[in-house]
Amino acid sequence: MTTFTLNGEIRMVDTDPETPVLWVIREQLDLTGTKFGCGMAQCGACTIHVNGRAQRACITPIASLEGASVTTIEGLKGADGSLHSLQQAWIDHQVPQCGYCQSGQLMSAAALLADNPNPSDADIDTAMRGNVCRCGMYGRIRSAIKQVAGASFYDAMEGSQNG
Amino acid sequence: MGKWTRRGVLSAGVLGGTGLVIGIAVRPGNPTETAGHLVAGEGENLLHIYLKIDSENRATAILPHSEMGQGAQTALTQMLAEEMHADWDLMRFEEAPASAEYANMALGRGYLFKGVSFPDVVVPTVDGLMLNLADAIGMQVTGGSMSIRTTGQYFLRAAGASVREMLVKTASKAWGVPEIEIRTAQSMLYHDKSGRSAPYSEFAAAAAEMTPSSTPKLKKTSRFTVMGQSKPRHDIPSKVDGTAMFAMDVKRPGMVYAAVKRTPVAGGTLRRVDDSAARAMKGVIDVVKVGPSSAAGLVGSYSAGDTIAVVADSYWRAEKALAALKLEWNTEGKERVSSESIFEQFDRDITAGIDRANDVTMGDATAAFDSAATVLTADYRVPYLAHTCMEPPNATAEVSADRAEIWVGCQNPLGFRQHLAASLGLDVEQVTLHNYFMGGGFGRKSNADYALQAAMIAREVGRPVQMVYSRAEDIKQDFYRPAVQSRFKAGLDAAGKLVAWQNTYVDKHEPVEAPLIPYAVAAQDIGHVASPTHVPFGAWRSVDHSQHGFFTESFVDEAAHATGRDPYEFRAEMLKDKPRLLAVLNRVAKEADWGRPMEEGRGRGISLQESFGSIVGQVVEVTVSGGKTWVDRVVAVIDAGYAVSPDGTKAQIESGIIYGLSAAMYGEITIEDGAVAQSSFADYDAIRMHDSPAIETHIINSGAEMGGAGEPGTPGVAPALANAIFDATGKRVRTLPVIKADLRNDAEASPAVAALGA
Repeated sequence: MTTFTLNGEIRMVDTDPETPVLWVIREQLDLTGTKFGCGMAQCGACTIHVNGRAQRACITPIASLEGASVTTIEGLKGADGSLHSLQQAWIDHQVPQCGYCQSGQLMSAAALLADNPNPSDADIDTAMRGNVCRCGMYGRIRSAIKQVAGASFYDAMEGSQNG
Repeated sequence: MGKWTRRGVLSAGVLGGTGLVIGIAVRPGNPTETAGHLVAGEGENLLHIYLKIDSENRATAILPHSEMGQGAQTALTQMLAEEMHADWDLMRFEEAPASAEYANMALGRGYLFKGVSFPDVVVPTVDGLMLNLADAIGMQVTGGSMSIRTTGQYFLRAAGASVREMLVKTASKAWGVPEIEIRTAQSMLYHDKSGRSAPYSEFAAAAAEMTPSSTPKLKKTSRFTVMGQSKPRHDIPSKVDGTAMFAMDVKRPGMVYAAVKRTPVAGGTLRRVDDSAARAMKGVIDVVKVGPSSAAGLVGSYSAGDTIAVVADSYWRAEKALAALKLEWNTEGKERVSSESIFEQFDRDITAGIDRANDVTMGDATAAFDSAATVLTADYRVPYLAHTCMEPPNATAEVSADRAEIWVGCQNPLGFRQHLAASLGLDVEQVTLHNYFMGGGFGRKSNADYALQAAMIAREVGRPVQMVYSRAEDIKQDFYRPAVQSRFKAGLDAAGKLVAWQNTYVDKHEPVEAPLIPYAVAAQDIGHVASPTHVPFGAWRSVDHSQHGFFTESFVDEAAHATGRDPYEFRAEMLKDKPRLLAVLNRVAKEADWGRPMEEGRGRGISLQESFGSIVGQVVEVTVSGGKTWVDRVVAVIDAGYAVSPDGTKAQIESGIIYGLSAAMYGEITIEDGAVAQSSFADYDAIRMHDSPAIETHIINSGAEMGGAGEPGTPGVAPALANAIFDATGKRVRTLPVIKADLRNDAEASPAVAALGA
């Protein structure tokens, strides 16, 4: 049995301890916004926040999350349902095409800005290079991140957004 | 029910021929009797097979194309809204269902001959001439960059215009005023003289009783207010909060999960399986063998060998148990085939030239080469490529003795449904297909193999099954952009003018014009030889253009440099009678500031490519240092005739460029012991944030026939890149990917420096 906080709610899961949390949240907890892309932490489609840090859900054993605070794309919005400033920037820049990688892209970007509200291009390169977008929307992702950079503070650990 | 005849097709104005669609007379039927119950809900009136209006005056476009990221659905809706004089804020869209009644209509019943069913032959053999024909009549195929230029241009605009006409007619009758006095705007009808007005919805029910006009009056381009605007895509909000539904997000009651492995050597069979360890593992429900399948794809046909599947109560457990299977495969005599042996075969077959088929014979090539002042030759090669859609192939299926239901993301819902029915021994009407957003398609999701696997497994276990490919399986069980070799010979006269062009390559698919050059070269001899391999072929974004764009636009560059000519001016001189191409070339050179001095170690290259009815020019700028290539900037110009959604067009060009650049820089599938050697993003990588260039896209609205946008950005980036590398280093990359080329300069390659670097 693993007990952890998921998008602000305490959840208890009983499954094989080595099961990646990706499959637990998708199959057992019905949160399908986090995507399976490679299963080997090579593409970033499954990126979630664990205690505020971007982490690949496909290689994170559920047992390692005992007591942890986990945020998925479903928890990125504010408590009042308002979009995270990055989500709005993604719409403003018309970032998604197929959209499959975008949950992971957004979670990586949100963790970056929580840590470093005003990232340089090199910081963006480093934080985002683990996220593949086969539709190739890197330029738009970079523009969207820059639009938000410095303009807001997001506490990934709390899963909430402050002005 | 009437029969479809070739004469019927022709009399409807569709000319298949060699691939050109020359005009279509639109003959819409009254759709409400057959389709109303399928697509129209409470309070909604179906006025046209492609349009319904609800009581709140909201209009919904019903679109026979799938969404794989290209955003065509929003642009198609713009085309309909434009002609309908609709309020954009009241427009919605949905994908047409892949069901018998609707399918028949979407395939032409509504448009061409009311009550006539579409010929079965077209559905499973969507290739060659039939591809063009089927696309032209708005079949549910998404590919060939066709949505806007066929469905949108020929059908949706007409649909919008005819609906507007019906609403005007109905209002005219109700108000007792002449039609000519009624004005329409923003989904409203106005009679200014009497001051009367009404929303479209007020007359929707009455208009739905009418038969849409076959010759509605369309707007002139100069009067467009919705087309030509960058409207935000309707699907994007759901793609930033995790609510967008992909096929893998489907969950059915009692659903179990399947992990699969297909024969590593394409077309092989399973010799022996020891599943005792796997069956004993926690959660494992069954181990199932699925036999080979074959069907027609969008371009050509495919066949796939045996599959072994582990079904378990979670995907993780299924994957773990799959790894515990002990498998022996028959390699069908292909165990000695490798990429090296395949390229040796290509080289041999090109040299032998047996049964060479000609694409172009123009002038006297032999004489032109004899009298040429300079002759140069080169061989170019590209490797196999996988698609690696972000969403690995997957499908969810429920199959019983007399019905099947499937949840899938695919580029050809009707074709998939047909293949499923045939493979399961069911009638088409017994198969229901739910199509979802695709997490990338790029051609991969036009082959139904993955849907068939899921259905076969579900039938075996008698429960709803969600089958998901691992990334390794995705890469190893793809249908590949073929490896190709292309041999060139060029002749230049004393003035440096290109006078002779000879080219022989292997493995021809589509589009047939892909290896042709647009330049005025008097003597041309272009042809191909067959050199078949066992590696399965598939349509890969821009299909044959993806390799021939690299070959021809690189070799033209070589010809320019051979006599010290500027590669831009060299091309421009040969395009004097092609003003549209020349305009694109000139514009891209201007936007990229061609000729601007560049620092040591930097270079720029140009390319020009016409494909899928659009013309794209590209200038790539690179920095090459320590043998490593950095793509700094790409400037692109597209003339697609008219850009319906300019930002959408730009997004497609950006996407096509990155897709082509990933392949040019890193993409290589190799064959070892008859099987694909790669298995992950570690050995089949893509461009990522840190190595993605700045891309600037410029649009020319020339007013020419509309072209596509999804594919035309891809072919030109590899040659512009290779040409830029030559400009920077003096080294010509004739074999992709770039990462395998030794681009170190003499100092960097010297043993002392190399040792320092190591």
